[in-house]
Amino acid sequence: MEPHVAETPRKTRILQALEDQNTSLSFDDPLENTMVLNMGPQHPATHGVLRLLVRLDGETVVGCVPELGYLHRGYEKLAENSTYHEFIPHTDRLDYLSPLSNNTAYALAVEKLLGIEAPPRAQYIRVLISELARISSHLLWMGTMGMDVGALTIWMWTFREREKLYDIFENLVGARFTTSFTRIGGIAHDASPESLAMIGKFLDDLPANISECERLLNGNRIFVERCDGIGVITREQAIDLGLTGPSLRSCGVDQDLRRANPYLVYNDLDFDVPLFEGGDTLARYYIRIAEIKESYKILNQVLDKMPKGDVHAFKPKKVLPKKERVYTKMEELIHDFMIINFGVEPPVGEVYHAVESSKGELGFYFYSHGEGYPWRMKIRSPSFVNLQSLPTMLRGAMISDVVAIIGSLDPVMGEADK
Amino acid sequence: MNDHVVQKLKSHFGEGLFETHEFRGELTVVVPKERIVDVCRFLKEDPDLHFDLLADLCGIDMYTPVKRFGVIYNLYSLKSKHRIRLKTFTEEEDPKVQTVSTVWSTANWHERETFDMFGIIFEGHPDLRRMYMPDDFEHYPLRKDFPLMGIPGSLPLPKK
Repeated sequence: MEPHVAETPRKTRILQALEDQNTSLSFDDPLENTMVLNMGPQHPATHGVLRLLVRLDGETVVGCVPELGYLHRGYEKLAENSTYHEFIPHTDRLDYLSPLSNNTAYALAVEKLLGIEAPPRAQYIRVLISELARISSHLLWMGTMGMDVGALTIWMWTFREREKLYDIFENLVGARFTTSFTRIGGIAHDASPESLAMIGKFLDDLPANISECERLLNGNRIFVERCDGIGVITREQAIDLGLTGPSLRSCGVDQDLRRANPYLVYNDLDFDVPLFEGGDTLARYYIRIAEIKESYKILNQVLDKMPKGDVHAFKPKKVLPKKERVYTKMEELIHDFMIINFGVEPPVGEVYHAVESSKGELGFYFYSHGEGYPWRMKIRSPSFVNLQSLPTMLRGAMISDVVAIIGSLDPVMGEADK
Repeated sequence: MNDHVVQKLKSHFGEGLFETHEFRGELTVVVPKERIVDVCRFLKEDPDLHFDLLADLCGIDMYTPVKRFGVIYNLYSLKSKHRIRLKTFTEEEDPKVQTVSTVWSTANWHERETFDMFGIIFEGHPDLRRMYMPDDFEHYPLRKDFPLMGIPGSLPLPKK
């Protein structure tokens, strides 16, 4: 590449020395020029297929260019060619660490477009699964963050907790990983008393287990000193770069969509929005721990308040009927046939609905022409937008901190690349 | 709040400039593409409205003979917690829109993605490269005339 030759007199000196057959070449400063280091896409610490081109001066990062697209599957194109129901399983594959909150976000956006609302019990169950997904995602983040800076034990401990959560998902949803639990106008099936009891048991043990994990990190001098003061981003920069979620709240910006624009039943629930001022990696760690505790509060209230009743809205032309009725009743058979083959056919219009997922603002934008499939669907994925702040956070950091800073943003490439 | 935003915009930019509609309580303002940067800057810097967060920016292919491509701006105000949508259209022959990355730096990647998927060129963008597809890819995948199955041979695979 030409620019490198032009800016490095060192290189011309080496070439000149080689031509002169002079092998005893010496330099005053061996680090007088910068080096470009390629990290990823196959790199264990970039949390998936993220590729970074990092320009280094010695051990200091002077510039960084993230490259995305290694996991691009064209979900927006797929959505334009499938009915609203058909796309639900694809939402699992966006942020695959909290598929349940993606399902919820998608269902809420379609329901807004259709102008229908799920019954109260379904709404409570949706809050329940969103918060369980948040805990599961933050626990995984906590483990991998520890691993990124060299603490291996914490990973084992948080994965033990996550294992319990995945058992709950298996009982509640029927699948551990790719859940596809929500339906338009409700959820796939009601939560059984057994799975609610499992959640209750999990919640009973959670505070003790979390404080156990916290003790391992909060008092750990290596962990705290490695995270303290790196990857700093100011409040103004964070808003300018469009950060959302825990990364924005760690800069002291009070923005949580569950409070700001309440959806589902978050208005009836009592919880706080944790805020920190530092804007560095350590603040982003503290804020996620605090969020796990808030989710714990929410879950307990949801279990107490959960009403009885149906979990499907009564809108025969919009909501899939129950299977046993499809097999025995004529009306339901017709509706099932029409919804499966032609889609739910919302009115002409456009809507955007966003939820606060574990990573930030996860939104779906629909432009409908009144047909059974969307004319345009846009996924506003928090990981994609948050990753844009990496060059700002990395400038001036040490090479060994790069991994910790990427980890602190909690990017999931399935979502960033769509 | 929606009426307030429309009133403010009309009193600042004049009556005939905008076309507005509301659906499910969401306000959409269609802005001529020559004025998009001015309108964005006004909405961001007006102390009363203060739409300081550009939540999203995306393209849309209407597949019509005129005004084929659209760009959609999703603005959010952290102060009033309100959300509005701006929209601007451009022609198929010359799909160019002024960049708003000078107003919000987050628009940088969103505009790169829109360029990658629709071929809309953002004038004045600091680094208009493809976001997801390889740099030598010749097509724009989210255009309606791009087939769902892809174009055979457009993405050369490495030899075994």
